[in-house]
Amino acid sequence: MNNRTFWWFVGPSLFMMVLFIAGPLVGVAVQSFQQQRASFETVERESCTPFGCTTEEATVPITGDDGRIITRTVWVGWDNYAALLNGPAVRNALANPGDALRQLAQIPFWDALRFTVTFALVTLPLVIVLGLLLALAVNTLTEQLKGPTIFVTLLPFIITPVIGALAIRWLFIGDGILTAGLERLLQQEIAMFAQGWTIELMMLGYRVWHVVPFAFVIFYAGLQTVASERLEAAGIDGATRWQKLRHVIVPHLMPLIVFVSLIHLMDSYRVFDEIVGFSASGYRISLQWLTYDFLIPDESGNRSIGRASASAVLTMIGIVVILIPLLRNTWKEQRQA
Amino acid sequence: MNGPSNLHRLPGIWRASSNVLVAVWLLIAIFPIAWLVVMSVKLPIDAFAPNIFDVLGGPETKAQIGGLSTYDLALLILTVILTASVHSARRFLFRPFADTTGELKVGGVILSYLTTALTLGVGALLVTPWVGTALERLTPDGPLSQPLLGATLQHFRAVWIDNAFYVHLQNSLLITGGVVAISLTIGALAGYGLARKSSQIAFWILIIALVFRALPHSTLVTGYLPPFIELGLYGQQFAVIIVLVAINQPFTIWMLRSFFTNVPSSLDEAAMVDGATRLQAFWHVIMPVMWPGVITTGLFSFMLAYNDYLVAALLLDGQSQTMVPAIMQYFNRETTLTDQLEAIAAAVSITGPLFILVLVFQKQIVSGLTQGAVKG
Repeated sequence: MNNRTFWWFVGPSLFMMVLFIAGPLVGVAVQSFQQQRASFETVERESCTPFGCTTEEATVPITGDDGRIITRTVWVGWDNYAALLNGPAVRNALANPGDALRQLAQIPFWDALRFTVTFALVTLPLVIVLGLLLALAVNTLTEQLKGPTIFVTLLPFIITPVIGALAIRWLFIGDGILTAGLERLLQQEIAMFAQGWTIELMMLGYRVWHVVPFAFVIFYAGLQTVASERLEAAGIDGATRWQKLRHVIVPHLMPLIVFVSLIHLMDSYRVFDEIVGFSASGYRISLQWLTYDFLIPDESGNRSIGRASASAVLTMIGIVVILIPLLRNTWKEQRQA
Repeated sequence: MNGPSNLHRLPGIWRASSNVLVAVWLLIAIFPIAWLVVMSVKLPIDAFAPNIFDVLGGPETKAQIGGLSTYDLALLILTVILTASVHSARRFLFRPFADTTGELKVGGVILSYLTTALTLGVGALLVTPWVGTALERLTPDGPLSQPLLGATLQHFRAVWIDNAFYVHLQNSLLITGGVVAISLTIGALAGYGLARKSSQIAFWILIIALVFRALPHSTLVTGYLPPFIELGLYGQQFAVIIVLVAINQPFTIWMLRSFFTNVPSSLDEAAMVDGATRLQAFWHVIMPVMWPGVITTGLFSFMLAYNDYLVAALLLDGQSQTMVPAIMQYFNRETTLTDQLEAIAAAVSITGPLFILVLVFQKQIVSGLTQGAVKG
């Protein structure tokens, strides 16, 4: 294919990506150094009392024809970042090691970072191990059972994330059926939505439930390509079941395990729908939720675009760190191909 | 598909525990979703009862409103069996639409699914209520005529008719349809171009697309909001369509590219030797064999647009809102149990189409998921 035709084919897609992905990224970077401030003007106010009138000067926001306060954009340097990272509070917290974690959790950004990273790192091993176990187990089923099993397994994966989170929430909220069951089992009152750690637990549980099918499908497809001669050879050499799994199957699936891990890290770092579905924002927030929250208009209809942009830029730095190994891998593979 | 044969020869204890694992997982996978469906047809007092059998049986719902009699349940089960038989006999029923190997052609496949859907719909929605009521009238005091399970559709009526949820359905359909159509059109062109070009620049486009795929959507929306508000695009559905298309592009071109790479390039080259232009070769020779790949990619575009919460919640409001953000309006105020049940009915309604999607396209979804991973 010559260059001219190539550009004609790729052009529309490239145009969309440049205008609507690369463009906004530059915009976000610029906005993160700006703030919207209300414009003020000085007016003379005459206030009259029975004893005569006095005029005094007052500063009031300028309102436009629609009654809204007119804002102007000002450059604020690193102010947005400083406000988010809140250096003095961090220093205070660190000066007091016994209480540092609790104090850091008071600062939204560090709280969000803590939750996001925990979320990604705790769900990762669970997803990989459960996905692998499930793939091995389904592989031993009879052919007739495999189709329906895969069908049911896919359901948690395709369900709308917010709805999936709501589904789990309704099982636990108030005297939901599972909370009631737990209460009977443990003989004590349980309120799953009254403290942060139970909500966090439910969010982790939801995400594992949602992603295990993805890991399962990939590993199951990978299992179909394990050379049976290698397993037979290992059997003849007297390898136990565990040794076969450890030395033949897992190494064969290793590229897929790496692939699923990276996709999962990337996606769980963007955790957001859980916070909405579980209405968790009073107890736990994530980085993406932090940005979202700044973008929601406050009572007077203002959005903190500057803060949101700074938070978005900081979130992106994390994505780049996660992406480096994936990029290096793809780089090597594509170079060889 | 030859699985590792040794794994099949498991000793009893291993086999049993692996079957138990699958059974437990299936229960966990289906339970939250099935429970939503059960709750959605009960009155609040039953739906939020702490006893599992009260929720399933719905005694209060049965006493106050009624429900399904043994006749109704038997007719429903018959409908399901009949539907399953019609579906599994599709190759026999639609022989005229099959090719020489006995596989159905596209027309036959569509016809067979329509028949399946029709059987299920007529059986469950027309035959069951009519015949059920007729049988109950015949033996008004017979034990089979008494309601067995309490059930009511009042929450669905409240959501769809009283709360006008169909407005949000229209918005969702418009946005989802637009995103799928535009994504596939420009994605297929780009995917084909990238599959047939092995140069530095093609490689870099793919790498950058990979980075774009990882970006949090809130980051991008932060960039859109100020100019969109300035230009009056806030609250416009086509703006959301364009944004979702762009967000979806990196994934679409990666997936379609890997499908196009599987089509031998000798095909289009032969067509071009015969005098076709590149575009003609693409449209008349390559696209006809690419439909499985396009359908699979389309499914994932559909899910991205249909499931989106964040973009629609930030760029749309009120009447222009799609279904998923609209459901959260039930939680913004002090919610009564009835509000909660209406939200549950709305959630079930939103999940219905996705359920059918997996039912029909299971194979394509699995192939789409493994496309990137197994083939590299």
